[in-house]
Amino acid sequence: MSEQKETIITVKNLVKKFGNFRANDNLSFEVFKGEIFGFLGANGAGKTTAIKILCGLWAPTSGDINVAGFDIYTQTEQIKRNIGYMSQKFSLYEDITVFENIRLFGGIYGLSRREIAQRATDLMRRLDLEHSRDKLISSLPLGWRQKLAFSVAILHKPKLVFLDEPTGGVDPVTRRKFWDQIYEAADRGITVFVTTHYMDEAEYCDRVSIMVDGRIADIDTPSALKEKYRVKNMNEVFLKIARILPDQNN
Amino acid sequence: MKRFWGFVLKEFLHIFRDTRTMLILFGMPIVQILLFGYVITNELKDIKIAILDQSKDPVTIELTNKIISSGFFILDRNIKNMKEVEDVFKEGNVRQVIIFESGFGRKLNREGIASIQLIADASDANTANLVVHYTMAIIGDFVREQNKLTGSPIQFIPEVRMLYNNELKGVYMFIPGIMAMILILVSAMMTSISIVREKELGTMETLLVSPLRPAQIILGKVTPYIALSFINAVTIIIMGNLVFGMPVQGSIILLLAESILYILLGLSLGILISTITKTQQNAMFISLFALMLPTILLSGFIYPIENMPKVLQWLSLFMPPRWFITIIKNIMLKGTGLMYVWKETLILIVMTSLFLGLSIRKFKIRLE
Repeated sequence: MSEQKETIITVKNLVKKFGNFRANDNLSFEVFKGEIFGFLGANGAGKTTAIKILCGLWAPTSGDINVAGFDIYTQTEQIKRNIGYMSQKFSLYEDITVFENIRLFGGIYGLSRREIAQRATDLMRRLDLEHSRDKLISSLPLGWRQKLAFSVAILHKPKLVFLDEPTGGVDPVTRRKFWDQIYEAADRGITVFVTTHYMDEAEYCDRVSIMVDGRIADIDTPSALKEKYRVKNMNEVFLKIARILPDQNN
Repeated sequence: MKRFWGFVLKEFLHIFRDTRTMLILFGMPIVQILLFGYVITNELKDIKIAILDQSKDPVTIELTNKIISSGFFILDRNIKNMKEVEDVFKEGNVRQVIIFESGFGRKLNREGIASIQLIADASDANTANLVVHYTMAIIGDFVREQNKLTGSPIQFIPEVRMLYNNELKGVYMFIPGIMAMILILVSAMMTSISIVREKELGTMETLLVSPLRPAQIILGKVTPYIALSFINAVTIIIMGNLVFGMPVQGSIILLLAESILYILLGLSLGILISTITKTQQNAMFISLFALMLPTILLSGFIYPIENMPKVLQWLSLFMPPRWFITIIKNIMLKGTGLMYVWKETLILIVMTSLFLGLSIRKFKIRLE
């Protein structure tokens, strides 16, 4: 399915060193427009480092990287304007209201007052939050906050949204509901780049890459990976890869 | 620009919705002023004094009675000669010795002029100053009464000596001191906490990924505190004036400008603290220990710098409040202009740029 697709992220030979430690060791991969790309790996495998580089937060040590059509070294400002971001911690302010949060982030991304009002109404209707417009975020249940945080992250209609472990610490039902939202966003043409260490979530992605010790161990669709390693689910794929790679190093 | 103001608005919302922050911002200055003003400096009751009356005539007896019946003083003892003065102070109970010269009443009648010597134990500077001021007020009152009775003008020449602490730091010391302390506390501690809070919550990342520039984020966090610290400065000046009669002899514009400079210094310190700490608690402790204690102890706010050991005197050179206190004391009490405080002002400017430069470097290193 990937041949005729347009790429939105191109990474060639990305290296990020911290002293002598290679957090990202020669990564090369592509993400295609409109897909849900899963970026998997154990904690400390280098996922967060890579995502920070792709978002323009950190400069890479070397490598050619293009995000949403812009160069990571010279055009970080344009990149920032065209991406959305939601981190594993909540990205909304708890002590201000639902609408104030929407207004704040809309404003930061340069939306006009009318656009903000319109999209806020839309969004609150879609999430069934109309009655909570003036409630503080801290008064909302966790699941609602997360949905809202995601909607706010894509309020400015970015081409691409980065989700850094968006479902960390949430129960399976809420997680499943959150993924419905991710599908909706993908349907609207937003490319989703998501990191997770829940292997059941890997099944929901169009393609996944699996990182081990700073390198990409494998990258393909979940079904192709399962076939390749002759296992039933992604969890086993992950375990196999994690076991094989250190052996190759020795 | 619109992005920026939306962000500043959000910062104000954080502040106004948090009662604790509001209390620290607006309650603290008022409480501090009243505390320092009333408890520390103004309590004067039943102070023990000794009197050396070398004349023992009706005038000295009447004046002695007036002083003792005022309620502020208790006559601990009458002493016979000058040699006893030192002993009386060394025992430690007596705070002031009043000495009437011999032939006091006679001189007063003949020449219209007589001398009283007030010797105070100034190891506690504030009390000594108050004791002397109260005594002088009572004597002044007495002189006025006498003048009314006799019709002919008489005059006492009180001669004041402060023992053990010639460099007496006056009561007016505490308002500049409180101002220095509160402004640096609010601007440095509150900003560092509020910046570090964004780091702790993870919202800082979200902001850094957004089109807001790092400088805009920091400036946005800091702007509300500039405004609030300024309101604090004005409150302190007004309260000092209305409640404690602290004058502003010099230019009020210069005073406010210097305050703003000092606030900026506090903010740049706050930003620096926020770049080296990861939790709100750390930020608070660093602010308290690095700023509040030195402000109180080393700035000359309470303990005169001249009486410190040399090492501490050197250390106090690096305390921003020291310079600020000197500046505003000059402006408020002596009415001096920029001409006389430009050196201190320059020091504050240099310190501010140093802190800002350091934090920009730290901030960049972190982003690499």
